[in-house]
This record gives sequence, structure tokens and C-alpha cells, in this order.
Amino acid sequence: MCSPICSTSRSIRGFVSSEPRFAPVVRRLLRHPSARWGLAVIALLVVAAIVGPFFSSYSCIEQLDIVNLKNAPPSWSHPFGTDQYSRDVLTRVLCGARISLAVATLAVLLSMTLGTAYGLVAGYIGGRTDNAMMRILDGCLSIPRVLLLIAVLTLWHPVPITGLIVLLGATGWFGVSRLVRAETMSAKQLDYVAAARAIGASDIRILWRHLLPNVASPVIVAATLAVGNVIALEAGLSYLGVGAKAPTASWGSIFFEGVEFFAGNWWVVLFPGIAIVATVLAFNVLGDALRDVLDPRQLHS
Amino acid sequence: MRRLFVARLIQSLIVVLIVTTISFFVIRSAPGDPFSYDSPNVTPAIREHWRAQFGYDRPLLEQFARYVASAAHGQFGYSFQMHEPVSTALAQAIPRTLLLTGVALGLSFFLGLMIGVAQAARRGGWFDRISSSILIFFYSLPDFWGALMVLLVFAYWWPILPAGNIVDPVLHDYMSGWPAFVDRLRHLVLPAASLTLLTMAGISRYQRTAMLEILPSDFIRTARAKGLPERQIIWRHALRTALTPMVTMLGLLLPALLGGALFVEKVFSWPGMGMLAANAIGARDYDLVTATVVVGSVMVIVGNVLADLLHVAIDPRIRE
Repeated sequence: MCSPICSTSRSIRGFVSSEPRFAPVVRRLLRHPSARWGLAVIALLVVAAIVGPFFSSYSCIEQLDIVNLKNAPPSWSHPFGTDQYSRDVLTRVLCGARISLAVATLAVLLSMTLGTAYGLVAGYIGGRTDNAMMRILDGCLSIPRVLLLIAVLTLWHPVPITGLIVLLGATGWFGVSRLVRAETMSAKQLDYVAAARAIGASDIRILWRHLLPNVASPVIVAATLAVGNVIALEAGLSYLGVGAKAPTASWGSIFFEGVEFFAGNWWVVLFPGIAIVATVLAFNVLGDALRDVLDPRQLHS
Repeated sequence: MRRLFVARLIQSLIVVLIVTTISFFVIRSAPGDPFSYDSPNVTPAIREHWRAQFGYDRPLLEQFARYVASAAHGQFGYSFQMHEPVSTALAQAIPRTLLLTGVALGLSFFLGLMIGVAQAARRGGWFDRISSSILIFFYSLPDFWGALMVLLVFAYWWPILPAGNIVDPVLHDYMSGWPAFVDRLRHLVLPAASLTLLTMAGISRYQRTAMLEILPSDFIRTARAKGLPERQIIWRHALRTALTPMVTMLGLLLPALLGGALFVEKVFSWPGMGMLAANAIGARDYDLVTATVVVGSVMVIVGNVLADLLHVAIDPRIRE
């Protein structure tokens, strides 16, 4: 496709610190067909989460008419039906979008920060320290995350939403730090790190200015995929009754309250479920597209 | 090879000990204890009596010492809620979960490999495009929601299979031989199919990528050059090499599989480790909760060691 220019710039990449430039990445992303879909869905969801509840004539948690509107099937005034407490499911899905998206985004930010820092340090120091840090990581990776979360969230019931974010973040960084460590190990061998050290850059500066930008691409991809994953996980925890606590609406807690007899009122399970699947799908598609765009070595699929 | 195995074993043992200790203290440091639940019918004297009976009134370190002693006797504490040693409860639940996850893992690996290879063989073709979009949909399904939808469709709307439990709660006792086996099988289909569907998507995505990385290599070109039929190139030469990363994948997959099994068990009331853990957590049956966390991590560790050994066995490049 573009042999002479590309190969030159590729060989230069080994020498100068090569941060992926922002604007070209965005441009390439917007040209990627499936990324457009993912971005559009995510944008729509964010907008709906922010302004949606203001346009609804019902409240997120207020009960409407516990006699006539208990478990009402979808209709014009309640497009997604109502739940067993006579609340409008559409409004609750919109409110739930706020909680689910905010919880997942913040938790992923936390876990990516932790994981990147841990992986950078382990990979940069190397040797015994790295070995010990990796063994600790192996132990952490072996603990069943879902089970641990359920146990902690139940035994410390009720856990506030910030606690949920911290727990999700603190248990989600292990995979990323392995990834970052591997990237750091190979990046620190490159000439530009030696050059930076030769002109007397401190370790902190090398880590921050030179290594961090070079491990950023896989972290961005992992973060995008993780947001979808955490949304699904939070929904699962709420479905078990240990996530966002009632009456706060998150996508999982909506059908935690409807699932007991869900064959009778399938709308309480179906609509928030579709919201979750659409969101997770959008983040996965976007993550795949970002991988294509950010990593030129990967095959285009 | 043997030294590697022994080293891995010792390492794993240490990890298990650490996980056990940490989960013991984390769980015991939760506010309250199993007998502090709200109930007007339980007087403080009764609560104290129960605490004394099950040793929850002792200092934390003494409780830990007792737990270690109990673990050394192979009991891993006493489940006050099930009125039996934890090991007895586990012995019943673990095989059920292994059955469910084993069937799902086998099926999803087989199907995932087939689909991934077929996709990579005709990359960009109609099968690749259609199955990729379907698979990323399944890949994005939250475990419990996927299971709920399977349940809704095949047990309520079109009731061809039982909605839950491992055998028919009433009739199974009166069955024998073939009908009893069919009853078991019928109860296994929906949970195993849900778990397979959710796991398979990830595997085939991974297999497709692995194949696409292998296909441009020189030995494939050589195989083509000497005129081997395309089918043989794909299924014999390429697949064999692409299987190696899949073995590593196996180790990484296990935590997710067990987590998924937890939700699937909940949805289909499958009385395995997931149900046991959920009930134990609900009843604050601390010894049992600790044990389920530890068993979960032991399963993951054993799976990882097996994957490592398998990796060494099939890949001559790392056998030195």
C-alpha cells in the first residue's frame, strides 16, 4: 500500500518516542465502518442518560398507582410497561443508564490507572521485584472475582455506590497490568529509552514521558472493552440483589425487582436487558475498531 | 519438565494458602456475624449461645487456628446452616459444577474452534461476516441475561425442556436406568447450552485471530506451493499451530467460565457451587463462604497448571 514512506516512519518509530497522534486516530476511527455504529450508540446512550429523565413525565423511583398500574404491559403511555411497584420501566431504564454508565466508566478509570501503574513499575524495574510482583498478580488473578464481589457486597450490605465503584475498580486491574508489563518490557529495550537515559532523564520522566505513551494504545483498547464488561458485571450483581441498592435504578436492579415472576411480566426483563446488550455490544465493537486503528501490526479484519 | 511441574505445584500451593488466609480474614472482618440478623424472636441470650456453640465468640486469631486445624482434618470448618462439615457440602456441589462447566467447556471449545477456523479460511466471505456479527452479539450478552432469555424461550414460551434443577424433583426417584439418564440429560441441556453459547463466542473470536496470524507464514506458503489441498492446509497445518495460543487461552478463560457458571446456576437453579456460595453468603455461613472462594481459586489454579503443562507438551519450542 505505502511501502517506502511507511517503512521509514516505522523504523523511526523505534528511535523517537512515538505517541499515536490524536487527530489521525480519530479520523481513522470515524472512517472505520463498525466504529461509527459503536460511537453512535454510545453517544445516543450518553445523551439519553443525561437528558432523558428530564423529558419523562414520570419519576425514577416514585410509585404511580399501585393498584391499576402494577405490572402493566407496554402501552402508549408506558412504552416499556410498568414494574411490580407501578413504576414506569422506560423512565427507570433512562435513570439506570446514568448509574450503569457512570459506575462502569469510573470503575474502569480506576482499574486502568492501577493496572497501568503496577504494570509499568513491574516491567520497568524488572528482575526480582518484577518476579515477586507477578507472583502476587497470579494470586490475585486466581481469586474468583464475581464470587468475591458478591461476598463482600453482601456481608457489608448496604454498600454505597462509591464503594461499588471502588470494589469493581480494585478487582478489575490484574489483566491490564499483565498487558502493560509485557509492553513495557519490550518498549524499554528500544533506542529512544536508552537515548533518554543518555541525556540524563530520570526514571520518573522516562516512565511518564516515554514509556506511558507507548503502552497507551493497548490500555485504551482494554479500557473500552472493560467498560462493556463492567456494565454487564454490575448488572449481574444488581440482578443478584447486591449491586446498586433499591430504589436506585441501575439496569441490573430494574429486573432484580421483576425477575421473580418474569414469565408473566417479560417486559421488565427484556427492555433493560436490551439496553445492556446494546451498550456492551457498542463498547465491544468500538474496542475492536480501536484495536484495528491503533495497532498497525494487527491484521485488518 | 518434572522440575517445572514441581516448582509450579509448590508455587500454586503457596498461592492457595495465601488466598485462604486472606479470604478468611476479609470475610470475618465483615460487620456483624451470622447470628446478628434482625429478628424479634431471637433473644440476645440465644444469640450468645449460638455464638459460643459455633465458636464465633472467640478472638479472631483463635478462630483462625481452629479453622486451620479443621482444614488439616479435611473438613474446612463447619457449616451451621447445613448442619454438616463444609467438606461434605462441597463434595456434593463440586461434581455438579464440574459437570456443567466441563460439558460447556468441551462443547464451546469444539464449536468455537470449528467456527474460528471456518471464518479464517474464507476471511471476509459471507460466512465470516454473518457469523462474526452473530458472535459479537453473543459475546456481549451478560451471562445471566443470556441464560434468562434461553430460559424464557425454551422453558416458558416454547416449553420443551425443564426450567431448572438437576433432576426432576419428584419423579426422578422413581426412575431407573435409561429414563433416569434421559431425565438428567434433559435438565442439563438448557444450562449447558447457555454457558456454551456465552463461552463459545470468545473462543471463536480468538481462534479466528490466531488462524489469521498463522496463515501468512512461510510453512503455509510452502504447503500451498507443493500443491496440498486447501482443506488439508487449513485443518492440518494451520490449525495445529494455531492451537497453541488456544491452550493459553484455556487458562485465562477459566475465571470467566466459573463466573458465568455462577449466574447460569442461579438462573437454572442448578444446585452446584454457585448456588451453594449464594446460599452461604446469604446466610453468612462464614466457613462455607471462605471454602467456596478457595475452591473457586483452586479450580482456576489447577486449570492454569494444566494449561501450562499442556502447552509444554504440545509445543516443542518451549520444551528446553
